[in-house]
Amino acid sequence: MIEINLLLIFIIIAAIVAVEVKDLLSSVVAVGVAGFGLVISFLALKAPDLAITQLVVEILCLIILIRATIKIDLPFSTSGRWFVNTLACIAFLVIFLSYGYAAISSLPSFGNPLMKTSNFYLGETFKTIHATNVVSAINLNFRAYDTLGEATVLFAAAIGIMAIMRKKGKLTKAGKDDESE
Amino acid sequence: MNQNNGMSLIVKTITRLLVGFILLYGIYIVLHGHISPGGGFAGGFIIALSYILLMLAFGKEEILRKVPQPMISFLESLGALMFLTIAVLGFFGGYFFSNWLPKGIPFKLLSAGTIPISNVALALLEVSLGLFGIFLVLVLLKFTPPKKEK
Repeated sequence: MIEINLLLIFIIIAAIVAVEVKDLLSSVVAVGVAGFGLVISFLALKAPDLAITQLVVEILCLIILIRATIKIDLPFSTSGRWFVNTLACIAFLVIFLSYGYAAISSLPSFGNPLMKTSNFYLGETFKTIHATNVVSAINLNFRAYDTLGEATVLFAAAIGIMAIMRKKGKLTKAGKDDESE
Repeated sequence: MNQNNGMSLIVKTITRLLVGFILLYGIYIVLHGHISPGGGFAGGFIIALSYILLMLAFGKEEILRKVPQPMISFLESLGALMFLTIAVLGFFGGYFFSNWLPKGIPFKLLSAGTIPISNVALALLEVSLGLFGIFLVLVLLKFTPPKKEK
């Protein structure tokens, strides 16, 4: 348990650095550090499936973020309505933390009750489905509705962005296809 | 091919050697999703990352020629439709998403009924999603600098 706490402290430090540092590229790298801390904590919790997925998605996001931020000088604003912003931030933090504390304290403690639901999956997966990866069996067999919803969300997001970003078929004011861009 | 595109010759050579292995590892992760850790999500992103490595080393034009955007749209739609078809074909076994195919022997590649096919469908979706991320970045990089100069 101690290594999980150390990793959580590490992730929190990385997140604070990501917020506080002035340079945009350093901030992106700090976000990546927080993600890789999460990968190692998944490994320490003995979830290699999640660790692989988190690692790969983290690398993809890091590459995209660096490519998107490396050449563009985004304006950095420090002035503004800092009083209202700070007040709203503190109010939302208080609400979030109090609800989170209530939700987490009502959950059963870590690892308890011992294997009540997971015993069913561990037994049934090998007996009736003949798959040896329990996570995959839960994702694609027992709880396939959830995965269908996930796939639908990803598909819809990609289609939406594609429709906004497309170049071919966009009409100009003259009424013909704009191929100049 | 223009030699000035992309990174230096060393990076290009190493990339040429490595990309095949990364692609193969991604396919392995997808196909063995029901036996070992991994599955459609992770494997699909690994396959997409091999293409991103190509893009970083050889420049935009190379990958735009290798995988044009209509192909990506086609792959994405194919993945989503394949997953839905597996779900609907579950009515052969009685209900939505039922595992109606023969289960086979555990620890063999062809086992666990519809799970490997679902993994492949999800992987197609994820590959196209990852490649789509690249195109998004390319479009953003293309569009913003002229606005700044004005």
